[in-house]
Amino acid sequence: MADEIELKTAPADFRFPTTNQTRHCFTRYIEFHRCLAAKGEESNECERFAKFYRSLCPGEWIEKWNEQRENGTFPGPL
Amino acid sequence: MIVREWLFLTIAACDAAEPWQLGFQDAATPMMQGIIDLHHDIFFFLILILVFVLRILVRALWHFHYQKNPIPQRIVHGTTIEILRTIFPSIIPMFIAIPSFALLYSMDEVVVDPAITIKAIGHQWYRTYEYSDYNSSDEQSLTFDSYTIPEDDLELGQSRLLEVDNRVVVPAKTHLRIIVTSADVLHSWAVPSSGVKCDAVPGRLNQISISVQREGVYYGQCSEICGTNHAFTRAPGNIGRLLSPLWLSRTTRGATHPRSKLLQRAAGAVGSQGARQ
Repeated sequence: MADEIELKTAPADFRFPTTNQTRHCFTRYIEFHRCLAAKGEESNECERFAKFYRSLCPGEWIEKWNEQRENGTFPGPL
Repeated sequence: MIVREWLFLTIAACDAAEPWQLGFQDAATPMMQGIIDLHHDIFFFLILILVFVLRILVRALWHFHYQKNPIPQRIVHGTTIEILRTIFPSIIPMFIAIPSFALLYSMDEVVVDPAITIKAIGHQWYRTYEYSDYNSSDEQSLTFDSYTIPEDDLELGQSRLLEVDNRVVVPAKTHLRIIVTSADVLHSWAVPSSGVKCDAVPGRLNQISISVQREGVYYGQCSEICGTNHAFTRAPGNIGRLLSPLWLSRTTRGATHPRSKLLQRAAGAVGSQGARQ
């Protein structure tokens, strides 16, 4: 029926081995934006981090953080 | 491995609460099977102790009769029996602890990277599910709400207060990561067949790893009081339709929302891929 589809998602991160994955999601988001700041907006290397945080974080949180970043009120070490 | 052995005696697996149900629902994941096995282990010791204690109790009552036993004994000490009745009951919990800890730690162990992440977000009084693994930008998640079908809208054969309009569709035999959170108050996402119960805390992402071993429709309910309609919120909404081949084959054919067509069809209430199983 199909070409074998590969299911991929954010891998289990050994830095966050417990049930609480809140920091995992937050860290991936920050890593993505730091990567963008370091490598430039057009770089494709940061896309990996983008996939990770999109898989893990609820859409509402992402929207809120994006707004906060635009307003300059994001509470994280970007 | 787990469930097929016993299912030849049944016509359909018990994946939803049944009236007058006494035992567990049928296991759909290795975790649930482990829980059931632990329960059997503990129950064995439980019955041993129960029978022993009842026997002693009945025997004492029976013989403590003024005609049968006019002069009762007055024993107050007995070193040997005191030692035995201390040591023996402390050995029994050791037998119980071994399988219990084994299960407990193996439940937390995530050995394999999950293949798919599903977010289950609790609201008052419905669920939202997000599938975001294939987003190309910050918008575009496949998201849908899952409301319990009210009694008046039920079709023949559907379970009251268990059916939802949009079910979560999930591939079978795949390691899933389910991220449970809430948008307002505490909820809890529970699917007894899969041995899953996870609190949905606002501001926190709780992760559960499961791997459902057989296809089917699984039902669950909200397990943390969350307001007026707590009793009417279906926790997973049904984890419906674990369709491994269908999922893989039809999910990424072109289109901006490649998964939406299959999922919306498969997740629809009844009759989407044939009759409700």
